[in-house]
Amino acid sequence: MEKILVGLKRVVDYNVRVQVKKDGSGVETDGVKMSINPFDEIALEEALRIRERGEASEVILLSIGTTEAQQQLRTGLAMGADRAILVNNSEPLDPLVVAQTFKAVIERENIDLVILGKQAIDDDNSVMGPMLAAIWDRPQATFASEIAFDGGKARVTREIDSGLETIEVDLPAVITADLRLNEPRYVKLPDIMKAKKKPLDEMSLADLGVEAVQTVRETAYAPPAARQRGIMVEDVAGLVSALKDRGLV
Amino acid sequence: MAKVLIIAEHDGSALNPAIAKCVACAKQIDGAEIDVVVLAASASGVAAEAAKLDGVRRVLTVERPENEHSLAAVLAPQVVAVAAGYTHVLAPSTTYGKDLMPRVAALLGLNQVSDIMNVDGPHTFKRPIYAGSAVVTVETPADRTVVATVRIASYQSVGSTSAAPIEAADASADLPSHTRFVEVKVGDTDRPDLQTAARVVAGGRALGSKEGFDLIFKLADTLGAGVGSSRAAVDAGYVAPETQVGQTGKIIAPDLYIGIGISGAIQHMTGIKDAGTIVAINKDAEAPIFEAADIGLVGDLFQIVPELTAALS
Ligand SMILES: Cc1cc2nc3c(=O)[nH]c(=O)nc-3n(C[C@H](O)[C@H](O)[C@H](O)COP(=O)(O)OP(=O)(O)OC[C@H]3O[C@@H](n4cnc5c(N)ncnc54)[C@H](O)[C@@H]3O)c2cc1C
Ligand SMILES: Nc1ncnc2c1ncn2[C@@H]1O[C@H](COP(=O)(O)O)[C@@H](O)[C@H]1O
Repeated sequence: MEKILVGLKRVVDYNVRVQVKKDGSGVETDGVKMSINPFDEIALEEALRIRERGEASEVILLSIGTTEAQQQLRTGLAMGADRAILVNNSEPLDPLVVAQTFKAVIERENIDLVILGKQAIDDDNSVMGPMLAAIWDRPQATFASEIAFDGGKARVTREIDSGLETIEVDLPAVITADLRLNEPRYVKLPDIMKAKKKPLDEMSLADLGVEAVQTVRETAYAPPAARQRGIMVEDVAGLVSALKDRGLV
Repeated sequence: MAKVLIIAEHDGSALNPAIAKCVACAKQIDGAEIDVVVLAASASGVAAEAAKLDGVRRVLTVERPENEHSLAAVLAPQVVAVAAGYTHVLAPSTTYGKDLMPRVAALLGLNQVSDIMNVDGPHTFKRPIYAGSAVVTVETPADRTVVATVRIASYQSVGSTSAAPIEAADASADLPSHTRFVEVKVGDTDRPDLQTAARVVAGGRALGSKEGFDLIFKLADTLGAGVGSSRAAVDAGYVAPETQVGQTGKIIAPDLYIGIGISGAIQHMTGIKDAGTIVAINKDAEAPIFEAADIGLVGDLFQIVPELTAALS
């Protein structure tokens, strides 16, 4: 296999306590820490390991987002990706349009394997892998916890609700990374310097022939319903009697 | 007039209990006529269960040998064929639904609404984002079909006292051969299923080892409870991945949840906040899990849990 494409989304860091703006117009993202979507770091780590085993020759990053996403792409390059593509966009887009953008890049670059995260932790949508696989008319292997290659095929173990499922897919294919796939490496200082020289191409949706549309609209934001603060008990006897009071044991 | 099609998740022999909750979601759509479709190698048993669900008008079956295992790439073109004429196509937000439905949506040239927690109108829905830190209202185009997954913890199962007719549906479609099932290793089946259990005992990093986690299993068995975990416990290898509860694991709503040695990170809490009663046992009185707990007990789990298990035996 030649080329692996990895999706890299810039998201609010998982440690940030996200707040809804007082006027309900969105969530507060001003001045909060931004990071690579954690699942995309896992996806990238896996791509790097595949290349390091000699099973692929190039790892390319793709982000669709604002100019600031350069930061996350540079971090991905420092982890070891060969080059990056940033498709500049600051308007809300339908996920289908993001999938079409991936497909346009895949066709331009002749990609053999796409690895995405299973979910972006901002919108928690968890749709991109299957949507892209559908419009590309290729197999999908979602929630991967193990990947092995055999000729033009990939054998993928998936974390499903009932346990672990293994499927085999022909390449090219789309795989989405789950938490147990690997533990991403840390970036070392010299690699950050080297990453500054790696290619990072910027383009627009129009350059790729993709039309920016938004048909699904987010119209209001609210904080979640709060739970009442409960009681503290002193010991096991107190706990058992509190459970009995509520008819739970 | 809303015509809703629900995709029946099943394991080849039994209907997934999540479907009774999808029907409850579908009933929130005004004037909905609700059909359920069973795609299987042999559909009769699952279809008979679906036909009992209150509110279901009709059960459709699509029987093909290729449907023996639920491969999204194989099922999606058949769902697309059956979906013609429906205004809404729903499935549960389980790994089955998350794998299948975005593929269905994209084949139809549509987007998916993920994790519906409330239906505000036929094209207006509420869903959680940022690990449940916010609830967003989304509107989809009024003239297009809605493809969506249902956050099952937000709904109560409908009853099963009905008898809807069962009919074979025509779903002729070319099926791909590029995706093949190899094997499935089903996890713990001796204990109640996490997503439907009335009681869940969950353990975190503090259990310290696989052996330590036995304390959780013992208490769970005493209560007849399902077993849950935090990501940290799974990553450390104490317990199987399918037990992980939270933003990127299972979203659960038992009557009783007991969290033991779990700090209460937002990624975990979003998976349990629909539980009836939350009990937290943690040695750190400042642990965030106490902010959401109905009953809290501060102390060493290695002392408390054996004592609690004995008291409840
Ligand atoms: C992308 C992403 C997705 C994630 N998804 C999930 C998810 O779906 N579900 C999930 O759970 N997490 C998830 N996490 C991880 C989450 O952020 C936390 O790291 C995790 O929940 C912590 O697990 P824990 O509470 O077991 O461990 P810790 O946070 O280490 O807490 C251990 C707790 O045990 C207590 N303790 C220690 N010893 C004892 C003792 N002897 N007796 C009693 N108490 C004791 C401590 O006081 C502490 O509060 C995710 C993180 C990321 C980045
Ligand atoms: N704007 C984006 N730029 C790059 N990758 C993306 C983008 N949106 C989604 N992805 C990829 O798709 C995965 C799943 O995202 P989602 O379906 O939005 O939850 C992410 O983990 C990324 O790998």
